[in-house]
Amino acid sequence: MATEAHGEAGKAVGMPQLDFSTWPNQIFWLLVTLVVIYFVLSKIALPRIGAVLADRKSTITNDLAAAEELKQKAVAAEKAYNDALANARTEAAKIVAQAKAEIQKDLDAATAKADAEIAAKAAESEKTIAAIRDGAAQAVAEVAKDVAGELVAALGGKADAATVTAAVSARLKG
Amino acid sequence: MATEEHGSGLQIHPMDQFVVKPLFGDGPIEWYTPTNVTLWMGIAVLAMIALLVLSTRRRAIVPSRGQSVAELFYGFIHKMVEDVAGHEGLKFFPYVMTLFMFVFLSNMLGLIPMSFTTTSHIAVTAVLALLVFLTVTLVGFYRKGIGFLGMFWVSSAPLILRPILAVIELISYFVRPLSHSIRLGGNLMAGHAVIKVFAGFAGAMGVASVVPIAAIAAIYGLELLVAAVQAYVFTILTCVYLRDAVGEAHH
Repeated sequence: MATEAHGEAGKAVGMPQLDFSTWPNQIFWLLVTLVVIYFVLSKIALPRIGAVLADRKSTITNDLAAAEELKQKAVAAEKAYNDALANARTEAAKIVAQAKAEIQKDLDAATAKADAEIAAKAAESEKTIAAIRDGAAQAVAEVAKDVAGELVAALGGKADAATVTAAVSARLKG
Repeated sequence: MATEEHGSGLQIHPMDQFVVKPLFGDGPIEWYTPTNVTLWMGIAVLAMIALLVLSTRRRAIVPSRGQSVAELFYGFIHKMVEDVAGHEGLKFFPYVMTLFMFVFLSNMLGLIPMSFTTTSHIAVTAVLALLVFLTVTLVGFYRKGIGFLGMFWVSSAPLILRPILAVIELISYFVRPLSHSIRLGGNLMAGHAVIKVFAGFAGAMGVASVVPIAAIAAIYGLELLVAAVQAYVFTILTCVYLRDAVGEAHH
């Protein structure tokens, strides 16, 4: 019945908000609610969330510091790598130059030796050729003397060997 | 109640939704009677616990969705208190958070169809506003002594105007709890009543009731905004008033 009355009263004045008979009830329960919310928030929820946020912040800060450190290390490592690479390159260039020089020396020595051998062989051959040529000329001269002497004898002349030799020699030289 | 009046044509009772009823039986409403006020305030408490306590129980560094929402609320109000009330105001952060969570959740729960909106009642908003008013006044006198009255003496104004301004400031100071409470209660009551009126039209217009139904959908969207904005406004005004008590004079 009371609800009826309240409902009717609410409709009559138009606003249940102004039905003051319900105010103590609302105010009482509101205060209970606020106290409960306040204690749950201040004892449990807010410290917990605050701690989580602080934790996260410090974790992020630490991670950023660690990342910065790792970055420095990476830069140092890259520098060391580049240095090592450059060293290796100069070393390699040096070794290549040395090897080239050695090969050149060997090559030069071999070439010189070969030249010397070739020159010796050529000289020997020339000597042989000269000897052969001399031998041939002498044989020709002898044959010519013999043939001239025989010719003179066959033609009925009498020629002493010295005259014929001189004549043939003169002819051969001319 | 409703069935009796159904016979007499178009009857819309937009204010019925605000009636405070006992949960059990029909007895008179004493101050301790469990009523629908109790029920919906209790649901607000449970929603707050679910939102801020249960969702954060894992205390994860990488938050889950629920924990992100809880952290969002925390960060939002924490920043508001720090920015508006100043660093000193952070002592009142749990208090402001209590007010915000209660108002916000009550507003939102009130938008569930057939629910009861506790914050649409002047009794509730007036107590909330008076709590803020008393807190600000007591803390102000406690921290600044008689110097708290200095905020009524506008030292930057010409001397001749200062008494007049002092009277105006004094009046506006005492009007604060009134505007603070009626702004919240009035907004919610009006919005819910309008929805109910349109719902009454929808019931009586036959096929043409698509129009009021569309209007209800639109107003419902607006009411969602109002529910959030009014909770925000109530809270930020609380912070502004708190600054008078804890911060340096803002005049």
